[in-house]
Amino acid sequence: MSDITANSASGAPRKGSLLVQDGRTQRRNAAERRFQIYGMIAVSVAVLALIFLLTSIVRNGIGAFSQTFITLDVVLAEDKLDKTGNRDRDEMAKVSTFGYAPLITAAIEDRIAAEGIEIEGLSKPVDLISKQAAADLRDFVLANTDRVGETVEFQFLASGRIDGYYKGRVTMASAELDSNVTPQQLMLADALKDTGALERTFNWGFITSPDASENRPEASGLGVAILGSLYMMIVVLVLALPIGVAASIYLEEFAPKNRLTDLIEVNISNLAAVPSIVFGILGLAIFINFAGLPQSAPIVGGLVLTLMTLPTIIIATRASLKSVPPSIREAALGVGASKMQTVFHHVLPLAAPGILTGTIIGLAQALGETAPLLLIGMVAFVREYPGAPPEGFFDPASALPVQIYNWTTRSDPAFVERASGAIIVLLVFLLLMNLIAIILRRRFERRW
Amino acid sequence: MPLIWLIAIILVLAAVGFVMGRSRAVASAGGDARVLHSLPSYYGWNVALTVITPAFGLLVLWLLVQPLWIESRVSSQLPDSAISDTSTRGLVMSDVRRVSEGLEALDAPLLASERAVDEAFLSDLRNRLGAAGVALGSDISPEVFVAARSYRSLSSWGETLMSVAVLLAALGGFGVSYLVTNKDFRARNTVERGILTVLILAASIAILTTVGLVFSMLFEARNFFAAHSWQDFFFGTKWAPDFRGNSELAILPLLWGTLYISFIALLVAVPVGLFAAIYLSEYATSRVRSVAKPAIEVLAGIPTIVYGLFALITVGPMLRDYFALPLGLGQSSSSVLTAGVVMGIMLIPFVSSLSDDIINAVPQAMRDGSYGLGATQSETIRQVVVPAALPGIVGAILLAASRAIGETMIVVLGAGAAAAQFDRGLGELVNPFEAMTTVTVKIVSQLTGDTDFSSPETLVAFALGLSLFTITLGLNVLALWIVRRYREQYE
Repeated sequence: MSDITANSASGAPRKGSLLVQDGRTQRRNAAERRFQIYGMIAVSVAVLALIFLLTSIVRNGIGAFSQTFITLDVVLAEDKLDKTGNRDRDEMAKVSTFGYAPLITAAIEDRIAAEGIEIEGLSKPVDLISKQAAADLRDFVLANTDRVGETVEFQFLASGRIDGYYKGRVTMASAELDSNVTPQQLMLADALKDTGALERTFNWGFITSPDASENRPEASGLGVAILGSLYMMIVVLVLALPIGVAASIYLEEFAPKNRLTDLIEVNISNLAAVPSIVFGILGLAIFINFAGLPQSAPIVGGLVLTLMTLPTIIIATRASLKSVPPSIREAALGVGASKMQTVFHHVLPLAAPGILTGTIIGLAQALGETAPLLLIGMVAFVREYPGAPPEGFFDPASALPVQIYNWTTRSDPAFVERASGAIIVLLVFLLLMNLIAIILRRRFERRW
Repeated sequence: MPLIWLIAIILVLAAVGFVMGRSRAVASAGGDARVLHSLPSYYGWNVALTVITPAFGLLVLWLLVQPLWIESRVSSQLPDSAISDTSTRGLVMSDVRRVSEGLEALDAPLLASERAVDEAFLSDLRNRLGAAGVALGSDISPEVFVAARSYRSLSSWGETLMSVAVLLAALGGFGVSYLVTNKDFRARNTVERGILTVLILAASIAILTTVGLVFSMLFEARNFFAAHSWQDFFFGTKWAPDFRGNSELAILPLLWGTLYISFIALLVAVPVGLFAAIYLSEYATSRVRSVAKPAIEVLAGIPTIVYGLFALITVGPMLRDYFALPLGLGQSSSSVLTAGVVMGIMLIPFVSSLSDDIINAVPQAMRDGSYGLGATQSETIRQVVVPAALPGIVGAILLAASRAIGETMIVVLGAGAAAAQFDRGLGELVNPFEAMTTVTVKIVSQLTGDTDFSSPETLVAFALGLSLFTITLGLNVLALWIVRRYREQYE
């Protein structure tokens, strides 16, 4: 601005043509272009960061959805599994997973012999198969006691290293240095693949099965975590929606303008910005240490997330209550409705789509929250599915984001793939919730 | 009686009350609803609510008070001899609670008070409890058993009493409200007063949460400062927890890491967010805007654990391999820069969408005035729009800073676990490729795993939490105040 005034003050007549830009105009125009380019760069940096983030996660995680399986014919020898021969489930349950391991060893060795595969220096071909396989086979036999004595075709999980070999994580060179796998075993895997015994298929187990221990990445899944997250979302929905709506109705429709209302308003806007970890401390100190609720339970997680989500829901609900035009209220009051009847019979139904949208967005936020759950013990290793509600709310469970965190802390690189895969699952859930919110808004939103 | 049954009975009673109250009101008006003061259903609701409210109120109160009362009763009965030197009363009491829970599952003759409590019986009991799913770390001492038995009998006695009291309250409410029901009773006003009370209670949960937040940290932080000097905590320069005692627990090294990482995050987020907001609100065509604005806002919807993993597996190794190692500045993939850059990406949408709102709120007349004087668009933005929007932008940046300071998962996964060491010299302290830890990381690490709520190493987390809460609260209040004042200026 100062340039312009300086220019007019000099008052010198302009030399040259109007059609030719002088040096100063060129500079100013160049500055204008530069400024625009900065803006474009900033927007593209943000968008590229998003794309980079998503592709990196998808590239790392997509492998978790497929898994290498080895199909073998297993002889379920009666003399090993059911010595008395009366197919009594309780008696057969006494045979531990150690009793099943030799069957699997025999099965793979038979297969190698039958296919005529010869690899020099091959030792322990059974290492191709996951350590989880014996437990899976045992579960199968205990569920189908009548199959004992038969030869059944069974699909075994391949071990994490073999699976990694087909996903590019393990190479012949790295196998040389690895104590868990040898190059010969990888050659055997290739040979088995040629015969069709070894194949990579979609891995339902990743979504349904529970977590597995440190050295069995191939068997770990998200079942318990998804169930735990679902339970927490139920708790949040059941508590946060009615409380949030009730609080908003009071603040928006009934509250007199006084100190107390101001205090509540300031409180709500501040709670929305309190770091989530602080809510974890609250949960630990009040719900677990003081009220004595169990650790790792979805009910505690749900309560903490409810307190965190409430401000979001209240803010959204108040906005949609505010958007209902006063003429609706005046008309209801005019025909003799009480204030309460006006709100519950007319204003609230009209505001419902907006409230629902806000609630779903609040739930999506709660679903991705990790830090407070770490403090209330959700990081524990849980293999048991929580029971059916309402008792299930008090059973130990995991949660999706915490399971992701848990896997990142383990040393086997296969868990990085699992964690990224779990993020894909989490993002799909979030995407679905947001889509529902958008559709609701498009479908039901009324402009007055 | 199981709780669920008690609740079911109250609800059934309320439903019956609704029907009976409604029909009594209609009957008192001689079947003509026009004679009634209120609509008939309000009489029903009145009875139903007077059944539910006192009963549930009493139930909740009882459930809160009973464990505390029993705890203190049993704890005072426990002789000092039952508490060994290595243990505390709190630990013994938690044993008592576990044993008493296990006793629930066992058969009654075992627990008759005249039974001799000897070694054999106790070890047998431990096995039985183990079979019932209550695994105990050590043998049960006779004192613990006696305490657990009285704990159990007190709580079962308390539960019976509670059922009776709650049912009486429900029936009492029923009776009173049923009797007052007649055609002149102002049922609607009564019910609406009740509903209004519920609404007020719901609204005050916001206050209760804040009070809960402050007190939960204040109590434990007080315990911490009783065991550890506050001068050391606030002014010490070394973070070296040692679970055998004699830890040095100072907040400054952690605060340094927190502030350094937040600073880098803002260094990324503020220019990118601000320029993006300016471009989108002043230059972009509506087509670009309709794509780019939601895309940037998606960044805000992504959970922080996703950013954390992104830092851990992608950004960290990349920064290490392409910058830190060639420059010889560090070997660690988790570093201040990793966490800072990723956190910066997370904060872009906060800065951009808030600034966008604020820039849009600057009156068009100010821009037109500037154009009229011959300024180009960028000159107008730099010299008119941004200065006018500055207070709001500062507020947005402060809000982003408070997010950065309180952020947990990105720093847990991206920044490392070693606290800054002031005695190693300035070079290491400001090297962005050095791993460094923050206040939030230490809260997580001190409170997860096996925790003992009597040691300062655990309790320090509450003092850290309180400090964090205070800092972020201060920033938020300041930011909201600035934003609010700014809005008033143009409205």
